[in-house]
Amino acid sequence: MRNITKEFPGVKALQNVNLKVKEGEIHALCGENGAGKSTLMKVLSGVYPHGTYVGDILFNEKVCEFKDIKQSEELGIVIIHQELALIPYLSIAENIFLGNEQVKNGVINWNDTSVKTRELLQKVGLNESPNTLIANIGVGKQQLAEISKALSKEVKLLILDEPTAALNEDDSENLLNLLLEFKKQGMSAIIISHKLNEISKVADSITILRDGQTIETLDMKKDNITEDRIIKGMVGRDLTNRYPKREPNIGETMFEVKNWNVYHPSRTDQKVIDNVNFHIRKGEIVGIAGLMGAGRTEMAMSIFGKSYGKKIEGQIYKDGKKIQIKDVNQAIDQGIAYVSEDRKGNGLILEDDIKQNISLASLDKIIKNFVINEQKEIIEAEKFREKMKIKTPSVHQKTGNLSGGNQQKVVLSKWIFSEPDILILDEPTRGIDVGAKYEIYTIINQLAMEGKGVLVISSELPEILGICDRIYVMNEGRITGQVSREDANQETLMKYMTKMKV
Amino acid sequence: MQTSMEKAVKEDKKAGSKSNSQSLAQMFKGNMRQYSMIIALVAIAILFQILTDGILLRPLNITNLILQNSYILVLAIGMMLVIITGHIDLSVGSIAAFVGAISAILMVNYEMSTFLAIVISLLIGALIGAWQGFWVAYVKIPAFIVTLAGMLLFRGLTMVVLEGKSIAPYPEAFQKISSGFVPDWLGGTNMNILTLVVGIVLSAILIINEVKNRKTQLKYKFDVTPTGIFVAKIVGMVALVNLFAYVLAIYEGIPNILVILVVLIVAYRFVTTKMKAGRHIYAIGGNEKAAQLSGVKTKRMTFLVFVNMGVLSALSGLLFAARLNAATPRAGNLFELDAIAACFIGGASAYGGIGTVPGAIIGGLVMGVMNNGMSILGLGIDWQQGIKGLVLLAAVAFDIYNKNKAS
Repeated sequence: MRNITKEFPGVKALQNVNLKVKEGEIHALCGENGAGKSTLMKVLSGVYPHGTYVGDILFNEKVCEFKDIKQSEELGIVIIHQELALIPYLSIAENIFLGNEQVKNGVINWNDTSVKTRELLQKVGLNESPNTLIANIGVGKQQLAEISKALSKEVKLLILDEPTAALNEDDSENLLNLLLEFKKQGMSAIIISHKLNEISKVADSITILRDGQTIETLDMKKDNITEDRIIKGMVGRDLTNRYPKREPNIGETMFEVKNWNVYHPSRTDQKVIDNVNFHIRKGEIVGIAGLMGAGRTEMAMSIFGKSYGKKIEGQIYKDGKKIQIKDVNQAIDQGIAYVSEDRKGNGLILEDDIKQNISLASLDKIIKNFVINEQKEIIEAEKFREKMKIKTPSVHQKTGNLSGGNQQKVVLSKWIFSEPDILILDEPTRGIDVGAKYEIYTIINQLAMEGKGVLVISSELPEILGICDRIYVMNEGRITGQVSREDANQETLMKYMTKMKV
Repeated sequence: MQTSMEKAVKEDKKAGSKSNSQSLAQMFKGNMRQYSMIIALVAIAILFQILTDGILLRPLNITNLILQNSYILVLAIGMMLVIITGHIDLSVGSIAAFVGAISAILMVNYEMSTFLAIVISLLIGALIGAWQGFWVAYVKIPAFIVTLAGMLLFRGLTMVVLEGKSIAPYPEAFQKISSGFVPDWLGGTNMNILTLVVGIVLSAILIINEVKNRKTQLKYKFDVTPTGIFVAKIVGMVALVNLFAYVLAIYEGIPNILVILVVLIVAYRFVTTKMKAGRHIYAIGGNEKAAQLSGVKTKRMTFLVFVNMGVLSALSGLLFAARLNAATPRAGNLFELDAIAACFIGGASAYGGIGTVPGAIIGGLVMGVMNNGMSILGLGIDWQQGIKGLVLLAAVAFDIYNKNKAS
C-alpha cells in the first residue's frame, strides 16, 4: 500500500501511510487506539471503496481498485473483523458458505457443503459438527469458524483485526500456532494486536502507526526487537502545547470506592470488575488508563446507578459518608455525573434540540408547579452555548446536526447543569478534532478549579498524561497500578496496561 | 489553532447579531410536516366539498363528522404517546369493545348508576393497560406481540361476556354523552347563542395567550415570527374559530363529545409539551439508553403510557357504545388501525421520539373527512379502504423523502 490518505469529515484518519507485506510473512500492525490501524485495513479490503481514499494498493505488483469486499476477496485478500461477522442462529456450515453457497442448478448442495466444511474445520483444528449452531459454541471456536470461512475463499492474504481480544490464553495460543502453520503453507497475514507478547511470538516484521502516519517498519529477525522498543515507537510523540496549563489545587478525599466487584449481566459467574479500590480528591483530575476491554467503562457505569452488571458489591463513600446508589436518579441526586463514551448511542437524543438535551437530566431545575418553564430552559441553554463555545446558530438546533466536538460539549453541558460534585468522563475527546479537544481540556480544568472531582477514562495515553494529576491503570477488571503525575510516562503505563493476571 | 479559535468566536458573534426575527422560509422549513398536514387537510376538505356539491361542510354534516370520528380521535391521542415511546398498540379496538360490553352489563343488566358505571369502566381500562404495560415495560416483550395477544384476548372476552349477543338500550343519560348537545342557557331560538359566545371567549383567550407569549419572547430577545405574519396568523385562527362556532350554532350547538375532545386535546398537548412526563416520553422514544442514563425511569414511564392507553381505549369504547346505543361483539373492529394510521399521517415516526398530539388529531381528521366524503359520494367500503391505504403510504413516503432531503 502506497501513500494512503483517508479523510473522514473533520478528521484525517490516515496520512501518506505506507505498508509493505512480503509474501509468506506474518506482518504485525501496531499502534494506539485510534492510530488508524483498522481504517487502513478497511481500505485494503475494500470496505472503503476506491475513490474514497487517496493512494495506491498494489497486490502482486498490480494496482487494485476495489469497489467492495467481494472484489478484494476474489484476489484472495480476506479480513476478519474484531467483531465477528457470524450469524448466531445459523450452523457452522451455513455461516462458512454464507454468500458463497455451494449451488448446483440454483439449489444448495448440502452434501457438498458439509464435506467441504468438514475439511475446513479439520484444517483449523475445530472439532465440531458442521451442523452445530454458531450460538452454541464458545468465542474461541467461533473465531476458528471465522478463519475457516476465510480459508473457504482461497485466501492469499489474511487480515486479522485483534483476533485474540476476546479469547483466553489457551485459545489465543491455539490461534497463533495456527497462523504459524498457515505461514508454512505460504499464506501471508496481517495481524493487528495490542498484545505485544503475541506479536513478538508470531510476527516477522512490524509496522507501527501513530496518528494516522507510518512511523517505522521493523524487521523482527534483523533488528533484535524488544517489547520496549515497540512501545517506544507506538507512543513517542511531542506533547508540547496540546494541553492547557493548570495549577492543581487539590483538597481532601471526597469520593471513594472500596472493594468494588461487578459480575457480567448475562454470564453471572464471570467477574468483570475484580476488587477495585480508588479515591478522588477535591479539585483533582484522576485518570484511568487501560486497553479496550479492561473494564473501565463497566466500572464507571456500575458506580453510576448500577447501569451495568449484576451482583454489584462494594462500598461508595462521599465526603467520608457511606452512600447508597440504587439507580441513576440517586446517583444524580448524590452529585455524580457520567458522560458516556458513546455520545450518540448513550449520551444524546439526536432528534431533540440542544436545549432539551441539556435540560434532560435536571428538568426539576426548570420546573415550577409541574410546568416546564421554556423561557428559563432557553436562557440556561444559551448560557452554556456561550460558556462552552458550542458552535451553532441557536439552541433550537437538533443535536444530530452538530459536529462531534460540539455534540460532546452539549453532553458536558447537560451534566454540568446537573451541578455534580464528581464527574466521570468516559473517553471525553474520542473522535473529535484537535482544536475541540483543547477546549474540552480547558473545560475539564475549569471544573477541577471549581473544586469538583473529575475522573477521566481515556485510551489515549498522552491525553491521560497531559491532564491528570494521578493515574490508575486497569487491566482485566483489576487496578494493576497507580502512578502520580511526576512518575508517569507512557512506558510505565503501557507496562501496567498489559500486565496479566498471575 | 489559536487563529482558528478566534475565527470561530467571530463566527459566533456574527450568528448572534443576526436579526432575531425568523424569515418566513425558515419558519416554514422548521415546521414543514405540521404545515403540510394542515394544508393537506384543507385541500382534502375543499376537494370533497366540491365533489359532494357542498354537502361535506354543511352544519349537519360537520356535527356528524365530529360525532363519527370522536372515538378514533380519542384513541389516536393515546396511540400517539405509545408511538412516541417507540411502541405500538394493536389491542385498542378490542379493549374498547370489551369495556363497552362491561358498561352495558353494568348499566342495562344490573341497572347501576351511569356515573358509577363509567368510573368502573375507565378503571377496567386502566387495569387492562397495566396488564399490557407490565409485559411490555418490565418483561420486555415487544409491544407488537403483547398487544396482538391483547387484541385476540379482549375480543374473545367481549364475545364471552356478551354471549355473542348485543345488549341495548342504554339509559338516556348515557346516550346523551355521544348524541347530546350542550344546552343553550342563553335561550337562542333559531340559533345557538351559547355557541357563539363560547367562540368569542375562546378567540379572546387565544389572542391574549399569543400576545403574552410573544411579549416574553421579545423580552428575552428570542427568535419570533415577523409582526405581519403574527397578526395574519391570529386573524386567521380567530376567523376559523368563529366560523366553526357559527356553523355549529346554526345546527344544534356544541355536541357534548366535542367538549370532551377539546379538553383531552388541550390537556394532552399541555402534558406532552410542558411537563416532565412529556419530556420523558419523547426522550425514551428518541434514545432509551440515553434517557435512562439521564435519570429517566424508562420502565415506569413506558408502563404508564400503556395504562393511559387503556383508559383512553375504555373511554373510546364508552363513546362508541353511547353513540350506537348498544354494546355489540363487533364494536371497535379495526379501530386500532385507524388510530395508528391517524398518528402516522399526522407525522409520527415509526422509530419513536417524534410526533405531536395535534398531529394525531389532524391525521385523524384527514381520515375522517375522507371517510365521510367518500360515503356521501356513495363510494363502496372496498374503494374507501384502498384509497385510505394509499393516502397513509403517501403521507409517510412524503415524510421520509423530506427527511432524506434534509440530511
